[in-house]
Amino acid sequence: MIKIRQFIHSFGWPRIIIGLFLLSLFIIAPFVGVKISTSLSDTLIRFGMNGVMVLAMVPMIHSGCGLNFGLPLGIIAGLLGGTLSIQFGFTGGTSFLMAIILATPFGILFGWGYGKLLNRVKGGEMMIATYVGFSSVAFMCMMWLLLPYNHPTMVWGYTGSGLRTTISTEGFYLHALNNFLQFRIGEKFLFPTGMILFFALMAFLVWAFLHTKTGTAMTAVGSNPVFARASGINIDRTRTMSVIMSTWLGAIGILVYQQSFGFIQLYMGPFYMALPAVSAILIGGASVNKASIANVVIGTFLFQGILTMTPSVMNSIIHTDMSEVIRIVVSNGMILYALTRKAEVSR
Amino acid sequence: MTDEGNCMKANSAPLLEMRNISKDFFGNKVLTDVNFSLQPGEILGLVGENGAGKTTLMKILFGMEEIHETGGYGGDVVLGGNMVHYQTPFDALADGIGMVHQEFSLLPDFSASENILLNREPKTATLVSEVFGDRLDTIDRKTMHTKSASAIAKLGVDLDPEMLVSEMPVGYKQFTEIARELSKAEIKLLVLDEPTAVLTEREADILLSAMRNLAKEGIAIIFISHRLQEIIDVCDTVMVMRDGMIIKNAPSQGLTIPEIAKWMVGRDVGTKVAHRDFDFTAQPVILSIENLWVDMPGETVKDVSIDIHKGEILGFGGLAGQGKLGVPNGAMGLFPAGGSITFEGVPIELNQPRKFLDAGMAFVSEDRRGVGLLLDEPLDWNISFTAMQVQDKYLRKLLGGLINWRNEKEIEEVAKKYIKSLEIKCTSYRQLAKELSGGNQQKVCLAKAFAVEPKLLFVSEPTRGIDIGAKSLVLQVLRDYNERMGVTIVMISSELEELRSICDRIAIVTDGRIAGILPSTAESADFGLLMVGKNPEEHKAGGLND
Repeated sequence: MIKIRQFIHSFGWPRIIIGLFLLSLFIIAPFVGVKISTSLSDTLIRFGMNGVMVLAMVPMIHSGCGLNFGLPLGIIAGLLGGTLSIQFGFTGGTSFLMAIILATPFGILFGWGYGKLLNRVKGGEMMIATYVGFSSVAFMCMMWLLLPYNHPTMVWGYTGSGLRTTISTEGFYLHALNNFLQFRIGEKFLFPTGMILFFALMAFLVWAFLHTKTGTAMTAVGSNPVFARASGINIDRTRTMSVIMSTWLGAIGILVYQQSFGFIQLYMGPFYMALPAVSAILIGGASVNKASIANVVIGTFLFQGILTMTPSVMNSIIHTDMSEVIRIVVSNGMILYALTRKAEVSR
Repeated sequence: MTDEGNCMKANSAPLLEMRNISKDFFGNKVLTDVNFSLQPGEILGLVGENGAGKTTLMKILFGMEEIHETGGYGGDVVLGGNMVHYQTPFDALADGIGMVHQEFSLLPDFSASENILLNREPKTATLVSEVFGDRLDTIDRKTMHTKSASAIAKLGVDLDPEMLVSEMPVGYKQFTEIARELSKAEIKLLVLDEPTAVLTEREADILLSAMRNLAKEGIAIIFISHRLQEIIDVCDTVMVMRDGMIIKNAPSQGLTIPEIAKWMVGRDVGTKVAHRDFDFTAQPVILSIENLWVDMPGETVKDVSIDIHKGEILGFGGLAGQGKLGVPNGAMGLFPAGGSITFEGVPIELNQPRKFLDAGMAFVSEDRRGVGLLLDEPLDWNISFTAMQVQDKYLRKLLGGLINWRNEKEIEEVAKKYIKSLEIKCTSYRQLAKELSGGNQQKVCLAKAFAVEPKLLFVSEPTRGIDIGAKSLVLQVLRDYNERMGVTIVMISSELEELRSICDRIAIVTDGRIAGILPSTAESADFGLLMVGKNPEEHKAGGLND
């Protein structure tokens, strides 16, 4: 009995309730004509697509910079990497690898500047981060038109210059990860092995980093900056490093997302990407200054699971196509719930 | 007083009885079989070390939420012959139990009288309230004034009911809190949790005599305090708790402080560490501070120069706000500082904590919770962190030194080692630092500094806010560390007696400068003169400033 109580205490009631809700959706699904195999497969794919972007929250939370509302900045670095890779004519799996390599310098550069900025606004990081995200998106709206891209698959057909709003990744890195070692069970269940493995690799890297000397210092800076300073840690440098890591992970995250989704979404595309990632990690049990890899995995799975399941099950129950409305209600509802939880100290 | 209390005990039924109270937090026992009773008009002194279970016991009496959330408690609480089981503190208040906490819960911009009668204001019905309900009654200011004035009068202090709380000295705030409890007509039992900690001596005296008056009127009082003399003076009965058990429950008459202290800590307590003779002049200078100034708010250092010799224990004393705390904080680089410090002949760059640590010095801050600890992290992290970051200890080199991997096993070992040697009370080496009591937190701070194995250790206010048993242990640990490892110790403390017992010589800091350095055997009066900026030599010679 004590064991059970301790488990509930450490796992947290919100996660148990959301988990049970998700389970009940899976149980109802077959009765209303929704295939479990398809649903499970969809959930797993969405988990893999979004996982790395949720992971991008972790370094900044650890160093006390709060939730990374500036995720769009990292996404822009990823977009630059992706479009440049296509521009330079890489195709297939190579284009994905090159996209990562090309995105990296941008991620580091943007992260460095973003980190410097956040060091000047200690205490108000999250508000400033939100606006960094928004304004960088607006700035890039201009740049996408002005930058001298000219690869025919990407530019507007009628002018021959300026990037289009959506660019297909087909022929480039579409399903570069998904198809790696992918296997099928039955007719409908696809397991995106490569993508899940890639997420696992990234999660392992972050986990391993947090177990090093520098990672330990980062956690201490987030936990009590004055303590860290009294132990000889350079707080600003540690924080900047965490912001660079978060930004780079955001860049990689969007590339993983695109290779599965099939399209590069420019212009206002990155605008709304931060909130779902923030919500996922909060639902996973993280707080503003504590987060673990387990929080990322649990949170992404629950958030994306509910986002996948609710519309399809509800649609089948009420026999009207409400999926978009329900999706918006559910996702924003969960974001709202998660943000009210942000003060909660969890383990 | 005492006689009265005893004779009441014989005649009447007890007001409060707690029987076989036990409580555990997830298997960690904090109270075991606690039994006691309290007569109307009795003053019970409750003493014990930090973490002995006093607070938990009071929380059970009040039905605090925390108790229910963690699985309730065992045993019975009997009030006036009826078994009670409070679900919330409101139930306890309704039954006439009042509590005054250490921290104030007052509205600063309200007057004393408004605070005293908050939410229980006398009201007059008006036409509007007849229609719209009693929430629109007007407040009867006149009755309110009389009521609060009579509550204050019960205390026997001179406090204007119309004074704003924000304008009161701290002692008056305490009185306002107590008056609020007294203004309740049904009050039968009052719990005072360290009410005198913030009071001046005179204010404390007023409070103690007020407590006697209240007891005469039949109100029972549970008085929690670390000041043992007060306990002996005012209480009828003294109850000593240790490790969640009642060790002693005895009439206060004839008790002495050493006796109570011994029950509290379970062994003989010598608050004094034996004096030693140490010739520091024979030792080389290890740290030389020249013209140090430090911009630390409230503790500004203007110009301090001193040579510290290897192996000595040097004390920095002085009144609060004169700058003694600024010296180590500035030397370490936590606050902007200037001047020069030279350690073992090498100049140390100021304002760079890392340089200070690299040189082989360490600092235990007076601000335990703010600077000294990672409250949200486990003990092993707290203890090992500084040594790991500064000296690359407890790390495993992977990939030819490219990666410094945390060596959890070594961290566990070092944490366990210091938990054992410093007798840190905790459930495990992974317990969070914020869950420990003040004294144990202080020991963790010391362990953190010891783990660095410094050549020179600054310790700032090491005994502030910790109880008598932990105090002498901390002082003894410092002395042992100095003698066994040959570590030079610079200790900063507000308690002169403490400095005199452990230090070889003591520098008194007044107005940001060193007013004088005396051997610890000098007379206290001389230290006192230095603290107010007078030179004892001149004073003896009938000096100019007298």
